Amino acid sequence: MNSHNKKTAGKLVVIAMLMFGFGFALVPLYSLVCDAFGINGRFLEIESGEFTAVEGERQGELLARRVDKDRTVNVQFFTTVNQNMDWKFKALDKSVKVHPGEITEVRFYAKNMTDKDVVAQAIPSLQPSQAIKYFTKMECFCFTQQTLRAGEGREMPLKFVVNPDLPKNIGTITLAYTFFDTGLKAKAEQKKNVALVNQ
Amino acid sequence: MSTATATHDQHDHHPTGITRWLFTTNHKDIGTLYLWFSFIMLLTGGAMAMVIRAELLYPGMQVVDPNFFNMMTTMHGLIMVFGAIMPATVGLANWLIPMMIGAPDMALPRMNNWSFWILPFAALMLVAPMFMGGNFSSGQGPAFGWTFYQPLSGQYDKLAFFIFAVHLLGLSSIMGSINIIATILNMRAPGMTLMKMPLFVWTWLITAFLLIAVMPVLAGAVTMMLTDKYFGTSFFHAAGGGDPVLFQHVFWFFGHPEVYIMILPAFGIVSQIIPTFSRKPLFGYASMVYATAAIAFLSFIVWAHHMFTVGMPVAGELYFMYATVMIAVPTAVKVFNWTATMWKGSLTFETPMLWAVAFVFLFTIGGFTGLMLGVAPADFQYHDTYFVVAHFHYVLVTGALFAIIAAVYYWLPKWTGHMYDEKLAKIHFWVSAISVNVLFFPQHFLGLAGMPRRIPDYAVQFADWNFVSSIGGFVFGLSQILFLFIVIKTIRGGAKATDRVWDSADGLEWTVPSPAPYHTFETAPEIK
Repeated sequence: MNSHNKKTAGKLVVIAMLMFGFGFALVPLYSLVCDAFGINGRFLEIESGEFTAVEGERQGELLARRVDKDRTVNVQFFTTVNQNMDWKFKALDKSVKVHPGEITEVRFYAKNMTDKDVVAQAIPSLQPSQAIKYFTKMECFCFTQQTLRAGEGREMPLKFVVNPDLPKNIGTITLAYTFFDTGLKAKAEQKKNVALVNQ
Repeated sequence: MSTATATHDQHDHHPTGITRWLFTTNHKDIGTLYLWFSFIMLLTGGAMAMVIRAELLYPGMQVVDPNFFNMMTTMHGLIMVFGAIMPATVGLANWLIPMMIGAPDMALPRMNNWSFWILPFAALMLVAPMFMGGNFSSGQGPAFGWTFYQPLSGQYDKLAFFIFAVHLLGLSSIMGSINIIATILNMRAPGMTLMKMPLFVWTWLITAFLLIAVMPVLAGAVTMMLTDKYFGTSFFHAAGGGDPVLFQHVFWFFGHPEVYIMILPAFGIVSQIIPTFSRKPLFGYASMVYATAAIAFLSFIVWAHHMFTVGMPVAGELYFMYATVMIAVPTAVKVFNWTATMWKGSLTFETPMLWAVAFVFLFTIGGFTGLMLGVAPADFQYHDTYFVVAHFHYVLVTGALFAIIAAVYYWLPKWTGHMYDEKLAKIHFWVSAISVNVLFFPQHFLGLAGMPRRIPDYAVQFADWNFVSSIGGFVFGLSQILFLFIVIKTIRGGAKATDRVWDSADGLEWTVPSPAPYHTFETAPEIK
């Protein structure tokens, strides 16, 4: 009887441990689903490696061949910094009117207000979510981590194209950027980023 | 020689005083410990609810500061879910399952002792930060809501207390569940086939499997939070490429089965009580078992209905909406079966029956508002409003808690050997049943009018119903002190209970003397 109970308990412990693993398996599973459906703003090119700045450039050029001059889309920019982060961060162009297929460049400005070097990462969020896959970035300060020395300020570019296939009912796209402090130490050079841009 | 044999035959010998409780491996002792622990937690969490309702009595800030208010809503939720409802049902399982299936004890008695004794330490660790910060009013307890959504919870600087408390609570639940499953599968009396088991045993078997499946996922979620916070990973940390929305998915993958973990044992309790006082066997026993299993299965595939507004594709919203609404089918089977059990029965309304009937009626109200919330387009209006608060308090207070109180009145004579004071118990029921509706029903109106949940202050248009709700809350809270008094009074004395206690009570637990001896069914009974 007793060994019978131990056997049952043993099997159940294995199930519990497998489910603990399953919790972690949800992480890559979630990325797979989001990438497959192009949802949840997962146009984060930083980690995936599949979509590089070079690839963005190439796709943008392709889209630029089919400029739709008859249509105008309003693109708005919105900026915030995460709590506990003392940076000034603003869009120098608050909003632009663009034709789908037209390559547009806008500028942002960030300034480190602290007396310490900070490595930060800008995370984009785009509304409405149906527009996410129709917004192609060719160059973005969000592709890499940004290091600002104490008191340093910098202008940063964003080059993008709105895909001419954008659903007709969408007239305004809002792009919000939030800067997060990565907590990393500023190095002389951000080697990882250099590698990524050169790919 | 003869004296030695005599003492050895005396099976009731066990250590006395505190060591009896510390070292006990007896399922009845451990059941009692669980039940008292959950009662203490109920009163603690209830006191926090009183602070919340006191602050919300009038618009404006009166009683506490906003952070303390947030701490109260957070701790109230965590304590009620993990400290009151879950341990109470585990306590009932410990007391009743061995007696109901004719087993001498739980399958793994030493582990049973551990399952319980982890709990007080987990609870202490959970509440400890509330007392850090110099004085009580500037306590540093968690204040990010019981769902501890990222990224807010990631910014809490005493996060490790919370995380390890959750780990311990999870460990306790998993060990308890393993024990319950092993007991039910291996230790049934001869002739007690699975489909002859009392429904309370069935619902707990399924609940235990749910617990083993989802508590480890919760443990995984908090472990990811831990490494994000202290070891530089980025599961949920946006700056490192993680995603806070992922947290919501992992959390609700645990969280939705969790709500059934709290309600399925309640279904079992009510399925035991209603036939007794209807003097008819339960209508549709087999369909009850299958409905329970169906609810358990569906609970795994509906989690994202808690996050309709998070920005899912329409296909996802539709899927989660249809799957969610489908749960109404097995749930309705249960409600119809309870009603059909009462139909043309010789009903009497002793206190346990009153609570059980109130459960059926009020839980169904909570079920209907659940359907409303499950409809994705409508949910955009209700999301994070008091409508949600009203919904889950109808299913958890008038649902789970009412069933647990019903169970206490139903089996208390078996546990103590005394009848409770029927007059006081009826007063307790009527005061609670009326005040709980005064407390929660107006919250539907507040939610529909747009009052958000988890706020310490509100626009004056919400003042009247909040006042009514708070008055109901104070009365409901006070009436549980009466419950405590009735329970203590019953333990200390009262009319002698017969073995069967209720004239048409059915089940093995009613064949043993009242109070139930320390050891029961050392020789397994024969089930025909």
